[in-house]
Amino acid sequence: MLLFIVFVPLGAAVLILCGTPARATALVGSGLTLLATLTAFLGYNSTQAGFQYVNSFLISADWRLQFLLGVDGLSLIMLLLAALVTFCAIWFTPKIENAENGFYACLLFISGGALGAFASLDLFFFYAFHELALIPTFLLIGIWGSGNRHAAAWKITIYLATGSFVLLLGLILLYRTVPTALRSFDLRALQAAAAAGQISASAQNHIYLLLLVGFGVLTSLFPFHTWAPEAYASAPAPAAMLHAGVLKKFGLYGLLRIALPLLPEGARHWTGLLIVLLLGNIIYLGLVTIAQKRLDWMLGYSSVMHMGYIFLGVASANIVGSNGAALLMFAHGLSIALLFGLTGEIRRRTGTLVLDDLGGLGKAMPFAGLVFGIGAFAAIGLPGFANFPAEIMIFFGAFRNGADLHRFHIFQIATLLALWGVVISAVYMLRAYRAVFMGTLSERWKSLPDLNQTLRIPIVLLVAVMLIVGFFPQTIVHVLRPTFESYFASK
Amino acid sequence: MLPWFVLLLPLAAALLIMCVTRASRSLSAYVSVAAVLASFIGSCVVFTKTGALSPSLPWIDLRPAFFAPFGLTLDPFSRSMLVLVTGVGALIHIYSLGYMRDDEGKSRYFASLSLFMFAMLGIVLANNFVMMFIFWELVGVSSYLLIGHWFDRPSAADAAKKAFITNRIGDFGFMLGILMVWSAAGSVVFTEIASSGYLATNPGFLTAAALLIFCGAVGKSAQFPLHVWLPDAMEGPTPVSALIHAATMVAAGVYMLVRVGFLIQVSPTALTAIAWIGTTTAVIAGLMATQQNDIKRILAYSTLSQLGYMVMAVGLASGEAAMFHLFTHASFKALLFLGAGSIIYMLHHEQDIWKMGGLSKKLRVTFLTFLVGTLALIGCPPFSGFFSKDAILVLAYERNTPIFLLGVFVAFLTAFYMTRLLVVVFFGRARTDIARHGSESPAVMTIPLVLLAVPAALSGFGIFARRFLILPNEKQTIIIPILAFVAMVCGIALAITFYRNRETDPLRVTLLRNRFYIDEFYVWLIKWTQGLLARITAFFDRWIIDGAAVRGSSGTTWGAGYLLRLLQVGNLQAYGFLFGLGIIGLVYFAVFS
Repeated sequence: MLLFIVFVPLGAAVLILCGTPARATALVGSGLTLLATLTAFLGYNSTQAGFQYVNSFLISADWRLQFLLGVDGLSLIMLLLAALVTFCAIWFTPKIENAENGFYACLLFISGGALGAFASLDLFFFYAFHELALIPTFLLIGIWGSGNRHAAAWKITIYLATGSFVLLLGLILLYRTVPTALRSFDLRALQAAAAAGQISASAQNHIYLLLLVGFGVLTSLFPFHTWAPEAYASAPAPAAMLHAGVLKKFGLYGLLRIALPLLPEGARHWTGLLIVLLLGNIIYLGLVTIAQKRLDWMLGYSSVMHMGYIFLGVASANIVGSNGAALLMFAHGLSIALLFGLTGEIRRRTGTLVLDDLGGLGKAMPFAGLVFGIGAFAAIGLPGFANFPAEIMIFFGAFRNGADLHRFHIFQIATLLALWGVVISAVYMLRAYRAVFMGTLSERWKSLPDLNQTLRIPIVLLVAVMLIVGFFPQTIVHVLRPTFESYFASK
Repeated sequence: MLPWFVLLLPLAAALLIMCVTRASRSLSAYVSVAAVLASFIGSCVVFTKTGALSPSLPWIDLRPAFFAPFGLTLDPFSRSMLVLVTGVGALIHIYSLGYMRDDEGKSRYFASLSLFMFAMLGIVLANNFVMMFIFWELVGVSSYLLIGHWFDRPSAADAAKKAFITNRIGDFGFMLGILMVWSAAGSVVFTEIASSGYLATNPGFLTAAALLIFCGAVGKSAQFPLHVWLPDAMEGPTPVSALIHAATMVAAGVYMLVRVGFLIQVSPTALTAIAWIGTTTAVIAGLMATQQNDIKRILAYSTLSQLGYMVMAVGLASGEAAMFHLFTHASFKALLFLGAGSIIYMLHHEQDIWKMGGLSKKLRVTFLTFLVGTLALIGCPPFSGFFSKDAILVLAYERNTPIFLLGVFVAFLTAFYMTRLLVVVFFGRARTDIARHGSESPAVMTIPLVLLAVPAALSGFGIFARRFLILPNEKQTIIIPILAFVAMVCGIALAITFYRNRETDPLRVTLLRNRFYIDEFYVWLIKWTQGLLARITAFFDRWIIDGAAVRGSSGTTWGAGYLLRLLQVGNLQAYGFLFGLGIIGLVYFAVFS
């Protein structure tokens, strides 16, 4: 099952490079992946802890290296997110003028890399799959991007390569910390070793810091965030959807997958630092977002800002907060993908995304106005959409930490400021929505065509999932729950 | 199951309109009206049946750490509130059929209206804080949609944004209060919090939590200092103003305070603060109302002022008195707004009272019903407002003399500005051509007026009110009704002397006309705090973090990477080099250690 999910997009990418009709192959490939992921999700047994659908192929017995795939609730919802967003991003892809096959192949490589990273239980392939996804991102921005695309492509590449390098150091140290007899790339074996107390507290502290910085760069943790808005503004819309929606979550996924269960001591040690940095994301970048004058930059910054909430869930290191973090990864991926997709459509029509030049587009493009509104309200955590239960869980989880009812602990202060961030996000999102879709429609935009009818399918798909999860968060939470219960069983 | 139907029918209607009937505008309207009528009938049945409890579903279940159910409360408060919300809501829906008949966005309007009803019913029925907060925010967004219905008007678009953001500021405190209560009590369900021991033994903590929760009500019920969104919300279509002002949105704050009364009433400090916030709002809004010229804005400020009364009553530890005034106010304020809407509709969207005049002869039904509403609002016996206002004043008299005196002063102000409105709009000469040629509105609009006039006139009497509410039983003193009556007569007399047969406003108080410059102050404050901070941080991000730190270090990297360039390595290869280096490192450690 997982082999199918991971290799269908990669296979489709190769086929496209060999010359099959690009769009059709990509749609069929990603559609099949989505169906397979859904089947896996429905067939998943959430009452049982541990990994399911495990496939393993031994590569080298000496190095204890194997190609190992398997999922638990956490990786399963990430697979679902990746498959869903890929399908929609491909559907959203407009007519590509030059090298269409290359474009679609890049998208599918990103998707396959992300899916592979989420499904891998082996640190080596976990890392390698992510690297596989980074290269096409660079190509997509550098070749098919807009604006200052070369600089943006360079910046994101250097940044992410550096992040990956730090991450790699951390992973190697982690591998080496475990006594030789137990040494393995197998995550399950490492978890067993960690549970047996084989990773000393001081080693945990070092490794956690490396992982935090490495994963943090990949996830645009303050102050390593400046690549993100620029890259998203320059990237073609489908690439921005895939990267902001899926690939960026890899860093957070890594923290939840590796750092929290293996290095609980390290996590505790660096809590203060992480909280300061994530507040940088929420408050500082929230303010920066308000000052943005272009829609794509605003969205790019807002997506960076929302990473702060997920980090807050990770930092809270308890079952409520981490469930919230995982759910917010999922929810944010959907909402930001929708927003970037629509932004791309607007850019194609108007040629500009400067807020002051737009206005009243809701009259010319009522359907776009409606769904952009839905995406915007979902992104700022309106109830009814998936982001809201996730944020609620993060707030409750974080607020409970170190709860001393007589005075405010760092976690309570962080929650308070993060709550203020909710006001900030309402300010920038409504301001942008007001500037683009409301107000008087200028003569220039009178004849803009509304969204293409066929785009309704991916839009409805995204909105429907956001609504279903928003109304019934338990559908996702009950899948996630066993994973995090096993993390925090001792507490 | 029935309460669930009452709650979900409007949502179903909203979804149906959005997905299916969007293209057919009149069909959409009928779907929405049918849903609210069915909801109303259901509410009446729920109201008569006692004891039937609905099951609650798990919404987020992470027990034992966290549990947020989705359950309904059915106590006397929520039952009667259900009937009120759906009843007034249904009349406003019907009235909208006339008022919005030719509107381009009619389907969108009715879908938002249905969504609004769903959200409001959710607040009424919520049995826990999380669910209350969910619907609380949903009310916020549906009011955003309704206020911004004519979104191509810049003023409406700005008003909608302002309403939503102001409410979010209140909700910031509300959520924080919820978190505090939960961390102390370990539950978000009202009935389980009530029995928590920690809150009872820590008055300081409780006061902080209660005041934070009150912040939510300050936002939603538009109390000072977050009152600024409500007058601007007049930019929405008039039926929306009626809906927001009468039985729903602004009432939600008061209702929530009554619902969590078990928390608030244990803390004397919180009570005092709440009472004074209510009083302040009542006084300043009353003062501002005396100098407005837009008919809807006058009514808007009067709503603020009356909400001040209700919050004052909550602060005086009487949820019953607050609910009583909420009920009577709901009917007469809906009536006044719909009456104003009828005038505006017939005068082709003219809202300036100084361009009206002499309308009493042309709009017969509107005039008579408006008169009933006014008499109820100014507390003229035996109309409904008299009784409920009296109940609050009696409370204040017993518990807090300064608040009592201010309360009487507000009664005077109310009489003054409402009489001013009445005299200028309905009597004297018509001041413009449109006012000369106005004629009565269609029946679909006047019938709701007549239907609302009945409760506006009668609902104050104990015989009727007691069927719906638990009335406060304070001991009656004859002096208070007399004082209130005298204040009212003074207000009426003064207004008549000033405004009889005037062409322009003889009074000009710039401070009041400009609403104490509070809005201007906020604009200034936002510009110099948030705006300035945003610009500074954006500059910092662009030039310091990105410019100096990132580009600086990338410059260093360039230096190092120069070797790579000499080897004619392009971008991709440079990247691949790093990757390859990593792989080699990994393999090295794996093999040789």
